[in-house]
Amino acid sequence: MEELSAKELRDKIAARQISSLEATEAVFKRIDKLEPVIGAYISTYHDLALEKAADVDRRIAAGQSVGQLAGVPVALKDNMCTTFGATTCASRILENFHAPYNATVVEKLLAADAVIVGKANMDEFAMGSSTENSGLKQTINPWDASRVPGGSSGGSCAAVAGRLCFAALGSDTGGSIRQPASFCGVVGLKPTYGCVSRYGLVAYGSSLDQIGPITQTVTDSALMMNVIAGHDPADSTSVDENISPVFDYLEKLYEPLDKLTIAIVPQFAAGADRQVQKAITEAIDVYKKLGAEIIEVNMPHLDYAIAAYYLIATAEASSNLARYDGVHYGHRSEKAEDYIEVYSKSRAEAFGKEVKRRIMLGTYALSSGYYDAYYLKALKVRNLIRADFTGVFEKCDCIMMPVSPTTAFKIGEKVDDPLTMYLSDIYTIAANLAGIPGISVPCGFDDNNLPIGLQILAPAFGEDKLLRIARMFENQTDWHKRKAPDIS
Amino acid sequence: MAKKIDQNQVIKVAKLSRLDLTEDEVQEFTGQLSAILDYVEKMNELDTAGVEPLAHCLPVSNVLREDSAKESLGTEKVLANAPQRDDEFFKVPKILDDGSGA
Amino acid sequence: MSSDLHYKLIVGLEIHVQLCTKSKMFCGCAVEFGQKPNSRVCPVCLGMPGVLPVMNKQAFEYAVLVGLALNCEIAQFTKWDRKSYYYPDLPKNYQISQYDLPLSANGYIEIPLESGKTKNISIIRAHLEEDAGKNLHTAGNFSQVDLNRTGTPLLEIVTEPDMNSAAEVRALAVELQRMVRFLGVSEADMQKGHMRFEPNINLIITRDGTEYRTPIVEIKNLNSFRALERSVDYEQARQLDEFLENGVVMGMGNKTTRGWDDEKEITVLQREKEEAHDYRYFPDPDLVPVKMTPQWLSEIQGRLCELPIKRQLRYVDQYKLSDYDAGVLTADRSTSDLFDEAVKAGAEPKRLCNIITQTGLKIANEKGCSAGDLGLKAQSVANLAGMIEGGTISAGSAGQIFEAMVETGKEPEVLAEELNLIQKSDAGELEAIVDKVLADNPKAVDDVTGGGKKSKKARGFLLGQVMQKSKGQANPKVVSEILVKKLG
Ligand SMILES: [Mg+2]
Ligand SMILES: [Zn+2]
Repeated sequence: MEELSAKELRDKIAARQISSLEATEAVFKRIDKLEPVIGAYISTYHDLALEKAADVDRRIAAGQSVGQLAGVPVALKDNMCTTFGATTCASRILENFHAPYNATVVEKLLAADAVIVGKANMDEFAMGSSTENSGLKQTINPWDASRVPGGSSGGSCAAVAGRLCFAALGSDTGGSIRQPASFCGVVGLKPTYGCVSRYGLVAYGSSLDQIGPITQTVTDSALMMNVIAGHDPADSTSVDENISPVFDYLEKLYEPLDKLTIAIVPQFAAGADRQVQKAITEAIDVYKKLGAEIIEVNMPHLDYAIAAYYLIATAEASSNLARYDGVHYGHRSEKAEDYIEVYSKSRAEAFGKEVKRRIMLGTYALSSGYYDAYYLKALKVRNLIRADFTGVFEKCDCIMMPVSPTTAFKIGEKVDDPLTMYLSDIYTIAANLAGIPGISVPCGFDDNNLPIGLQILAPAFGEDKLLRIARMFENQTDWHKRKAPDIS
Repeated sequence: MAKKIDQNQVIKVAKLSRLDLTEDEVQEFTGQLSAILDYVEKMNELDTAGVEPLAHCLPVSNVLREDSAKESLGTEKVLANAPQRDDEFFKVPKILDDGSGA
Repeated sequence: MSSDLHYKLIVGLEIHVQLCTKSKMFCGCAVEFGQKPNSRVCPVCLGMPGVLPVMNKQAFEYAVLVGLALNCEIAQFTKWDRKSYYYPDLPKNYQISQYDLPLSANGYIEIPLESGKTKNISIIRAHLEEDAGKNLHTAGNFSQVDLNRTGTPLLEIVTEPDMNSAAEVRALAVELQRMVRFLGVSEADMQKGHMRFEPNINLIITRDGTEYRTPIVEIKNLNSFRALERSVDYEQARQLDEFLENGVVMGMGNKTTRGWDDEKEITVLQREKEEAHDYRYFPDPDLVPVKMTPQWLSEIQGRLCELPIKRQLRYVDQYKLSDYDAGVLTADRSTSDLFDEAVKAGAEPKRLCNIITQTGLKIANEKGCSAGDLGLKAQSVANLAGMIEGGTISAGSAGQIFEAMVETGKEPEVLAEELNLIQKSDAGELEAIVDKVLADNPKAVDDVTGGGKKSKKARGFLLGQVMQKSKGQANPKVVSEILVKKLG
């Protein structure tokens, strides 16, 4: 059963060939067996999930209408607020934080009758590319226990790859869905900024953050988008139907694409590992064979994306994370002797190193005397990067490049060298700066049998087309069918 | 080469950030932040004169809601996560200065 | 040692005015004073992880309305910025405010001077921001935080340092209070902290032909007219003393902040935090800009009314009311509206003014409302004034009728009958009474006709007798005329 995709499972549950209860119990059986090794979850909700599953089964049996994800066990990244359980962001500062409200995406999943299995591990406050920055636990890559699952949505991707759920939600600020998806051999979509409500997503870089699906197939990704996309009046930055028409992404998936022009950025992509480059080239050949036209473009400002990103994201983060001060909720230091120390000691005790580093960097970039040289300059560079995309998208339907220069690296390999870690985000960050959608689809394996992801980028609010392009590839290849072994 | 940021600046930024760093952390961050700031200098290769800063990619403005009052959370839920409370108030060590800046 | 010394007081004001919207600026919590602590708080104004602000349209329009009343230019494009500082009553540890693009700027306010003239004080800017909560320090060894006020829309108005006396500072404060009340955008209740003032004060001193400037002092958070006026007076004297003693001039120290001790009536130097004033403003990525269209602006413009100062001047100019009376009538909108409408309905302005400022305000004070809110129709009040004017009732009984109008809601004509207050003006009827009085008082008649010293007194006596005989209902004017006819 765990070989089924989310959509296949949903259809079988609807047809009463499998019950949601069976599916959910099967998932928890795998969790019992594999979670001690994989470490994908910060919390799981066994009783709550079974209750929901039983309810869905009952309603299906009674012939009542159910939602699009009826009975499908899914996972959430633990930076989405839920009224059940804790919402920790993998930080000790929120270890015992119980949100009094549900994130909009959580409400939408529940309304779609998904069964929420648990909340997945991540880099603390989504700051990282390996999930090693979790303040609460370690997650390994299901393909190789000595390697990282990527990050920051490493728990969500490991859970999907390890089949500890049928689909998951992650969040992507600089590649945090796409990069772990590529490391774990699953499909990860970062939607256009404004496409999915951020209400209830614990903010890291507010102008960059987007929630998106992590799934086994492109079809599942479309199904998840059907549930989570759309305008939310509680999020001023979520766009309405005038800007982003709400599609039935599943239905759109099967519309033929008559002419497809793909742009590649050879100089830029040349920085990737040889094996990664080879897999990408072969993937593009698949499209070529299907009749796509490939054009080579130059995007001169992409090289500056990391610099701009690490100033903008950290500037916003320094402000977004100011609220964790031990006054109204979250960890409070017992050593604080005055109210200033409540702030400085609580934060020093409970934030991990990467979080502190980014808060420091962002504070510095915004502080008087440095604002123009760092923050403002980065915003200008951001505009140049967006202009690069706008120009290229006039000539093509999508851009293809690697997701990451390497496959999953070893646990501990880069953890003491933040800059090197940052530099590995080179291919994913620009999409966040430009606000455009991007997807990672499995496109091969390296010599160590580690998955490689193909990244496809599309114009803003072009998710429908992006998913169709991705599905074309999936139709022609079997990479997505390879499953990670059950490691113990 | 001179460091982009020195220990005193790191200490100042830590204060602004309300982070009580250890000496080791100050030292470590001084090196790491210097390396990162060195790297981001790369942006100066680009002439951005006349380029508008882009804070937001959204083609959206005037998102406004009607002025109607809704139910609040309720005092108990408001205080449910409070590390310390005093009756219906959040409780903090005595505030001596007046830092209110509204 | 004698020297030639002059000085000039220079004061600019920063004023915070709470807007009387139903809900807070960025969430749906009710704006209500005096509620149970932390009972008007939701995840948004509590700054919980994951929450997002959505702008209150009414608050924005109120702010624009005040901007227009202050003769400001209204920005076609405005945005929201975050201002960072840590304080327990500010749960996000940043305040959403406006930095470089305030919604209005470059205006002026006309204030009345004691001379009956007016003076224009320049307005640098007026912008919208959210209020903080309240820290209470009365509980002993710790402080308490109440967030009910957190997120209340606040208009910050900054004037040029155009005021040169404490009286002018007070006049501006009073004028602004009257203005925002007229516009219906704030209750402007000082006791509830709806208006808070921060004067910036220094002196230009000329001694022996050389000009000196004392360092600027900002006095924080004054919330009464009295404190405002007294603190400015105090600072003026203190700075002069300091200059004479130490010669401290501007440039030798930065701007200092002082607090007002209401009991001792002195200003006290406040300790500044080490890293004060690095607010790290940057555009709030959770909110989108506001663009003002010409249609929208003219719609808001349509809600402007004639400002109180203009009305006051018009009453003096057009109706020849005293400046004092005109000020009393224009102290609040509804009273002034009642006056204007009653004049339109035919009332003689001075007569009407007397009725409203004497009886009307007396009753209003007892009831704790304004004279305009007593529930009287302008036409009825105009009729009452007309009855005095026409001699139907005496000016003295008008008060009694006015009170009865408030009590019973009946029309003045009806009440005059019921209360037996209609004056006898019928010449025939009155002549009979006069004849009787003249016959009964020959001595007095002689005194009148004899002329000289006693004549005036005797005439008064006879008039009094007639009034007595008519039980006060004779129209004294008519009686006088009959007496003249009879006695010359
Ligand atoms: Mg302010
Ligand atoms: Zn609220």
